[in-house]
Amino acid sequence: MPGQTVIEKIISRHAGKSVAAGDLTIIDVDAVMMTDTTAPLAIKAFRGMNGDKPWNPERTHLVIDHASPAPNERIARLHDLMREFAADTGAVLYDVGRGICHQLMIEEDRVRPGEAFFGADSHTCTYGALGAFATGVGSTDLAAIMLTGKTWLKVPKTIRLEVTGRINPGVEAKDLALGMVGTLGFAGATYQAVEVCGEAIVPMSLDERMTIANLGIEMGAKALLIHPDGLELPYEFDAAAISPDPDAAYVRELTMDGSALRPQISCPPRPDATVDIDELVGTEIDVAFIGTCVNGRLRDLHAAAEILKGKRVAPGVRLMVSAASQKVFLDATNDGTIATLIEAGATFLPSGCGPCVGTHLGVPGDGEVVVSTANRNFRGRMGNPEANVYLASPTVVASAAVAGKIVDPIEVVEE
Amino acid sequence: MESRFSGNAHVYGDDIDTDRIIAGKYTKTLNLQDLADHVLEDLDVDFRSKLQKGDILVAGTNFGCGSSREQAPLALKVAGVSAVVATYFARIFFRNAINIGMPVLEVPDLEAETGDEIEIDLKAGSVKNLTRGSEYKAAAMPQVMIDILDQGGLVSYLKKNGTYDASAL
Ligand code: SF4
Repeated sequence: MPGQTVIEKIISRHAGKSVAAGDLTIIDVDAVMMTDTTAPLAIKAFRGMNGDKPWNPERTHLVIDHASPAPNERIARLHDLMREFAADTGAVLYDVGRGICHQLMIEEDRVRPGEAFFGADSHTCTYGALGAFATGVGSTDLAAIMLTGKTWLKVPKTIRLEVTGRINPGVEAKDLALGMVGTLGFAGATYQAVEVCGEAIVPMSLDERMTIANLGIEMGAKALLIHPDGLELPYEFDAAAISPDPDAAYVRELTMDGSALRPQISCPPRPDATVDIDELVGTEIDVAFIGTCVNGRLRDLHAAAEILKGKRVAPGVRLMVSAASQKVFLDATNDGTIATLIEAGATFLPSGCGPCVGTHLGVPGDGEVVVSTANRNFRGRMGNPEANVYLASPTVVASAAVAGKIVDPIEVVEE
Repeated sequence: MESRFSGNAHVYGDDIDTDRIIAGKYTKTLNLQDLADHVLEDLDVDFRSKLQKGDILVAGTNFGCGSSREQAPLALKVAGVSAVVATYFARIFFRNAINIGMPVLEVPDLEAETGDEIEIDLKAGSVKNLTRGSEYKAAAMPQVMIDILDQGGLVSYLKKNGTYDASAL
């Protein structure tokens, strides 16, 4: 038998037979998650299928994060529907303020290496950071899993992406992730999985790995799995089960030189329109946003505080910050990071998706320029099609907030 | 679901993401008419007024990329779009469309302009441009998807069958 890629291994284990790329199969699902964007439709579909209780309520998660706290009565009703569903069925609910779904699933130990996790949110691919096969589905597919505990899928081919060398100081996991999206292109991995490995990845923390895996969907990938070399988790896990066989077959093998990477910025309106920061130096900004499931973790707030310590946000610029979870917020409060950021002029938003998806909490004005740590900059993404959104790392966003324009972070540090 | 139908084409380009099909600010609702009212408005503000029930959307590569929101195919369906034909689709959108009972067909080389009359034959897996007299073969779908579409979507499929049919893969 030829060797298997990581995703072939994980899917085989959940199919109860050995499968290879291209095979169609039915698999057992370990856990599901849905949000206030997708849960209401999923609950409606589940009821339509005559569903009563999910196949495994303890591993059925509902998170109120996308428009949280509710900005209007219509959304308040949808939140209530989710609360009722959880109370009726025993499903696990994370209510207003707890944090962003993807942060919570990992922080709260709701997903483990080697599992098959389906989320009704496209950035569910984030859990590939710890070697889970995790992917986004729509509400009806999610309802079907709640009903049957299973789903069908086509085993994807895999692209292997090795990042050689060490990334330079001031360059972050986000820059690497944006660089990958730029290299592969926005649809470069459609219907495929991506395995990420290499010298640049090994020293990375789980937080940083999550940033990279999060952007898998921006390459069109069904899943992005990071090899476990250097991965540290608070429990024991079987690294062999989430590593490829040496003779695994890949559809493409790419290498990127991590040591040559400059900070990256993705230009509106496409995440793959990435350029070296140098091309955009001097671009004036109106809004800086640090947060989301990509870059709202403790290390990201630390990176921002490193830049903003003892400085002030430029006049006329609004800096908004949202910690990815209540726990992150508390940790950052206890170690003084929040105070540093507020003293610099940051406005804090509740833990949740905030303005990322344009529903509330900071919709930009017409013609305004936003520099954000999020993962998407489609036209209208932040609620106003007349605004322009640039994507970058927390260090770059914080530096731009201080300078009032996009600058090389080195300049802010040296000032 | 009717196997053969026709409608007028509305032709758009590549990489139309789900945020442009239906913006995130409109997705949080169970009132599907609200979705239909705002479909594709950031791409073409006149789309809604030009659309006739049964019309067919024709697009380029990577249609429906981005978020997993099922509200995107729902908005198109409720607005009256009978099918989407694209060079190829983003993975989650393709599955969502079938799951809600909206035909989506991958045709890499379709030539069409807005206003052309397009005929789709789901059983034969063919797409005809009646205005130009050309015919194309759509990429084949797994049997399970054909069955789901036949039943009008995954909700009725599972209501009837209870689970997936492993022999239909
Ligand atoms: S933070 Fe943004 S990208 Fe992440 S789950 Fe929320 S809306 Fe989606």
